[in-house]
Amino acid sequence: MSDLLAIETRELSKRFGEVRANDAINLQVKAGTVHGIVGENGAGKSTLLKMLFGFYQPDNGDILIDGDFVHLANPSGAMDHGVGMVHQHFMLVEPFTVLENIMLGAEGGRNLEEGKARARAALTDLEEKFGFDLPLDEPVENLPVGVRQRAEILKALYKGAKTLILDEPTAVLTPQECDQLFELVKLLRAQGNTVLFVTHKLHEIMAITDDVTVIRAGKLIATRKTSETSAADLAELMVGAKVSRQVSREDKTNRQSRLELKNVSAFNGQGHAALKGVSLQVKDGEVLGIAGVAGNGQTELLEVITGLRRISDGSIEFSGLTIADKSTVTDPITLRQKGMAHVAEDRLKTGVVESMSAKENIMLGYQTEDEFVSIGVLKLKNIEARAGACFETQDVRPRNIDLPIGSFSGGNQQKIVIARELAQSPQLMVIGQPTRGVDIGAVTKIHDQITELRNDGKALLVVSADLDELLAISDRIAVMCEGEITGVMRVEDADEKTLGLMMAGQKIDTSKGLAGNAPSEPSTAPTGGSL
Amino acid sequence: MEFFADLVLLIDSTLRIATPLVLTAFAGLIAERAGVVDIGLEGKMLASAFAAAATAAVTGSPWYALMAGVGAAVALGLLHGYVSINQRGNQIVSGMAINIAVAGAAPTLANFIFHKGGQTPLLDEESRFSIITLPGAEALADVPLIGGLYSEIISGHNLITYLTVLVVPATAWLLYKTRFGLRLRAVGENPEAVDTAGISVALIRYQALIIFGVLCGFAGTVLSTGLGAGFIRDMSAGKGYLALAAMIFGKWKPVPTLLACLLFGFVDALQGRLQGVSFPLIGEIPVQFTIMLPYVLTVIILAGFVGKIQAPRASGIPYEKDH
Repeated sequence: MSDLLAIETRELSKRFGEVRANDAINLQVKAGTVHGIVGENGAGKSTLLKMLFGFYQPDNGDILIDGDFVHLANPSGAMDHGVGMVHQHFMLVEPFTVLENIMLGAEGGRNLEEGKARARAALTDLEEKFGFDLPLDEPVENLPVGVRQRAEILKALYKGAKTLILDEPTAVLTPQECDQLFELVKLLRAQGNTVLFVTHKLHEIMAITDDVTVIRAGKLIATRKTSETSAADLAELMVGAKVSRQVSREDKTNRQSRLELKNVSAFNGQGHAALKGVSLQVKDGEVLGIAGVAGNGQTELLEVITGLRRISDGSIEFSGLTIADKSTVTDPITLRQKGMAHVAEDRLKTGVVESMSAKENIMLGYQTEDEFVSIGVLKLKNIEARAGACFETQDVRPRNIDLPIGSFSGGNQQKIVIARELAQSPQLMVIGQPTRGVDIGAVTKIHDQITELRNDGKALLVVSADLDELLAISDRIAVMCEGEITGVMRVEDADEKTLGLMMAGQKIDTSKGLAGNAPSEPSTAPTGGSL
Repeated sequence: MEFFADLVLLIDSTLRIATPLVLTAFAGLIAERAGVVDIGLEGKMLASAFAAAATAAVTGSPWYALMAGVGAAVALGLLHGYVSINQRGNQIVSGMAINIAVAGAAPTLANFIFHKGGQTPLLDEESRFSIITLPGAEALADVPLIGGLYSEIISGHNLITYLTVLVVPATAWLLYKTRFGLRLRAVGENPEAVDTAGISVALIRYQALIIFGVLCGFAGTVLSTGLGAGFIRDMSAGKGYLALAAMIFGKWKPVPTLLACLLFGFVDALQGRLQGVSFPLIGEIPVQFTIMLPYVLTVIILAGFVGKIQAPRASGIPYEKDH
């Protein structure tokens, strides 16, 4: 490890309208190291990366690569200087093969076949050096996410990257795929490359980086040697205040089954089997977490429970009534009246109408109730009163019920949605991705609220892509893989490794969890685990 | 024997009718594979049909006519490109606007220039792409079977129809065997991936639209100076939309698109042959019904028989860098 700087920025600034996305950032990344960048959503990490990659032009300040001032007019300019980026959303053309994707932009001549032959030869060497074994002739759309990511990394290396920027690389991976990625990052460092590792998961920073930089509200707050800091320190730097969580969990006896799925199967929009014989039970006073890599049937599970999708087999019972079977489906508004609330997984797509005001969004789903409407005319006073109350109890900011909901931050939008769903004091809450796109402050509040509802004796089913989150709030965790439940575990017995294996499709005997037994002894759940 | 002769004639007119369809469908295919939806195929075909016929009427040269036809379609293609690439406008609205504008402007201009009620004057043989009789066609015409095939189907088409035969393999080669083709297909699927690979999305899309314009120009020119002999109001008669349907039916791939065009051409030729023919029991089918055939077929095919199709994923979506 030398003290040469692979990347340095001096007073780098970028603003979008009134927002200072990056404010005089002085970043120093030593060559041959793994350098972590942490910050909350919207802290300005992506803007910084996009400037380093030539995608955005800075308003002010300089970028130095290997000690030289550079002007990066576009991504190919950055690549010419040996900086390659692996985006959070992969920059891959899905119907193209791995080889075609890697070549794109560096085809080596007009004739595609000649270029392919040359690229194939060059890639064989690279693959050997870094221990890749990619199916070069397979269309990318047929490959699992982890393999796609490796294709992205190989693409950057093929184009001559010495410094690799990885933007939230683990967001879509199973724990096992994460381990493989970490091995690769270490190998890259051993071969003399520099890696910029961007994430908001602190345990990853602690595990893999040499140095770490914290960004908050567009400013560089601190750079530390990883060995001289701790996850708690970093969390404090990220949020700017001490984070503490204290919600105790009580356990109730005589629980009643609130929701039961018996052998439920369903097809997705493309006509493929999305759920294959799913059986689950949620009791009052418990949180059932659903874990799994995105796209393994979780979305369809939420849809069949909330009346948005027909099931092809099996049955669903809610409060003792059959709400769905092969031939029937209950519409969402009836389910709502029966006491089911739904916090949609994709907030902007199904949870809210982005361009409508907060108060209008708050009465969505209640638009047929006498309190808010008489002979088709809205009772605006009552709506405003309800919206005002929701804003007050959830502490939504800014306190303006007339603003379009799209102009609130992700966290405040989610608070508004939760307030809307709680307004009818439901018996069951079905929640998809409770804290997606939500800042850390609001995450804590939402987690606490889920626990309070549980302590109040409500039943909750929570789907989340964030294992830490599920471990923090659930009583039991069910894991889905390819439309099947690969296992259900009590949270006390669960650990990331086992859950990871189940997420990858390995069925594990978890009979005690499957029976849906209530925890027999009082449990102290590991709250705060997500930080 | 009479049936065989009928069939030969039918195939012959299928080829003629399919010529503008194939050219337009391949124009649409190239634009959409690059991510630009163009519902304005119809308008571009019509504009170049007018430009070609008017130029031929004035200059007496089919070559000038072809240049004018191609020029008109390329110009409209670039206009569509400016709206949808630079201004990130709605591509359906832009295409529709072009269709409506041309449908009105072409006959108006024709009336203004030629004073013949919105038509161009009838073109003589010298100023058209007339029928080319291949060597030996007449000599072989009387030979059973082969003679008919050769003299009717292979021989006796205009130059543009022969060129169209080359368009299909040329397009396939361009799309799948060249660097430009790789980039063009990538731009239609995931423009961000192309942008981050250091290639200009706008440049690729403009290049695609120029090729698109050239093909549309050929289609319009053959309509008014090859198959017809002058410009008539609304002479494209929905062929632009039919080409669009053929392209979708062909799943944005060259060979299936060609087959779809031939099918549509065949049905159109068939309806021509059925006009005035008396059937047992039914009697004569009213001409209005036979004319409907290709369009009814389009609806049936697109509604029922195409199945799941994946359009180029970025087709019709303006490319913007996110913030």
